[in-house]
Amino acid sequence: MESMAIADRLRAEFPDEFLDTVTHQGQTAVIIRPGRIVAILRWLRDTDDLRLNHLRSLCGVDNVRRKDPRLSRFEVVYNLYSIPLRHEIRIRAEVGDKEPAIDSVVGLWSGANWLERETYDLMGISFNGHPDLRRVLLPEDWKGHPLRKEYPLKGKEEWTGITELLEKIKELDQHGFDPAGHAHGQNQPDEEEP
Amino acid sequence: MTPPLKQTLEIPVADGEAERYSLRMGPQHPATHGVLRVDLELDGETIIECKPQVGYLHRGFEKLAENRTYSQALILTDRLDYIAAMANNVGYCLAVEKLLAISVPLRAQYIRTLVCEMSRLCSHLLWLATHALDIGAMTVFLYCFREREILLDLFEELCGARLTFSYPRIGGVRQDVTSYFIDELQRFLDIFPSRIAEYETLIDTNRIWLKRTVGVGVVSGDQALALGLTGACLRGSGVDYDLRKHQPYDAYDQVEFEVPLGSDGDIYARYRCRMEEMHQSVHIIQQCIDQLPPGPIIGLDAPDLVMPNKVPARIEAGSSTYGTGLIRLIRDRDLYLSGDIYVATEVPKGELGFYFISDGNNRPYRMHIRSPSFIHIGALATIAKGEMLADLIANIGSLDVVLGESDR
Repeated sequence: MESMAIADRLRAEFPDEFLDTVTHQGQTAVIIRPGRIVAILRWLRDTDDLRLNHLRSLCGVDNVRRKDPRLSRFEVVYNLYSIPLRHEIRIRAEVGDKEPAIDSVVGLWSGANWLERETYDLMGISFNGHPDLRRVLLPEDWKGHPLRKEYPLKGKEEWTGITELLEKIKELDQHGFDPAGHAHGQNQPDEEEP
Repeated sequence: MTPPLKQTLEIPVADGEAERYSLRMGPQHPATHGVLRVDLELDGETIIECKPQVGYLHRGFEKLAENRTYSQALILTDRLDYIAAMANNVGYCLAVEKLLAISVPLRAQYIRTLVCEMSRLCSHLLWLATHALDIGAMTVFLYCFREREILLDLFEELCGARLTFSYPRIGGVRQDVTSYFIDELQRFLDIFPSRIAEYETLIDTNRIWLKRTVGVGVVSGDQALALGLTGACLRGSGVDYDLRKHQPYDAYDQVEFEVPLGSDGDIYARYRCRMEEMHQSVHIIQQCIDQLPPGPIIGLDAPDLVMPNKVPARIEAGSSTYGTGLIRLIRDRDLYLSGDIYVATEVPKGELGFYFISDGNNRPYRMHIRSPSFIHIGALATIAKGEMLADLIANIGSLDVVLGESDR
């Protein structure tokens, strides 16, 4: 089925959630409200002539510097593909400006677990009903969400965890542990070993 | 007189009564194929809970790419899956070409298909070597590296690099292939099928190998789909999904090949799939050599290597052909399109997808990398749960993850 036809089916099925469609280079994206995202994706996955059963990717987008003023600040983008029927569609859910959040789709695809964690980690979009929403790539005490546009490419301060690590090295040094190399250990006479 | 053997040795049984303990495997562990840490909750030797921890290699590629031009961001993709860097480069270039509507000459498409399959062989050889080493088959490691060395030498002949190539470019490839390269590649293709047979004699009927792979780490087709597994891990479970067939790119619709499928979904099925894929890769490379058409290797509208067709309105002071080419082009013709695109390619590990948003600027507004390794490690928690600790090693090897790609 053509992507445009899938978009039309979606508009007919969920008229209140449907906002717009965008086509670029033959790929169609449907912009929707976030409220019933789980119902929409479940319908796309389970309807017999759609069967979009493969969640290809899930990511967040920060639109604050886009030229188009109609876009909401944050979006969550789902790329879906049907392996048996070989068609695809992109769903873009607008999740607002402040404290963006959307329902988790882990119940539909368990593989979405880490993708949602990554989106939360790097973009700061939270997922309601996620079983284990923690940071995945960055340390848990990291401040900020790097893929937001206001986050600088190069930060001013260091990660707080690094000072702890350096202190730990100093502490180990007192016990004769030399992290720089093995020379220290080799100089120790063997007799000292019990 | 020997004292009677004490009968107080307790063998831990997975009944929930034995003492539970937690074990941190990694991040510096030879069997995790990089800096991966797995936090385990164990009952005896049975895994009750498995929590993989990644991020040790996170370099922020998505953020970096937003601050570079399209041609500058190409080199980041080498550092994703450094075992099959060519395939990543091609995936990136295809996505940018589709986003900005740049055409690629036929000869370049064939060369790209050829190098993609060469990197698939490289990746599968390294996978077989380390996977076999992890579960106790040492010899095959040395055999695999013997052939991988030939491939790396061929890459060096082609572009001067052995690991991080940046050889495919947006709109084509960097240099043409030499006749020496083709001759050497042909010699390699002639011997390689017999070498695959050699690996198979070493492990295919090896009882230890079979004990450790058959019926271990079983994933059903539906489960694999839900977990987002792709590549040989999905095909080993019997789901026919290969992007080279589903959404052909470059010259894949011009060559004939088959997609090997497994049915059992265990480690052995994935192993068989990859071994068959190597045969198919040889077949594809052979066809690419035979059919290689003459012609240019880079498109006329490629942004960084060739000057634009039309004379630019003015030459900017201090500009070079690299990088700023895109700025110049945008003034001449409407090359820069706004919009978003998702393009995926079948890399050795699975489906590598690039989601791009362009807002007309010469830098990507947003680049998201759908990395197969990241999703596969996420799935490890489900696959390893309830299995034995020793099988975790086999499972990690079988999922074929590269941490550079996972952490980006």
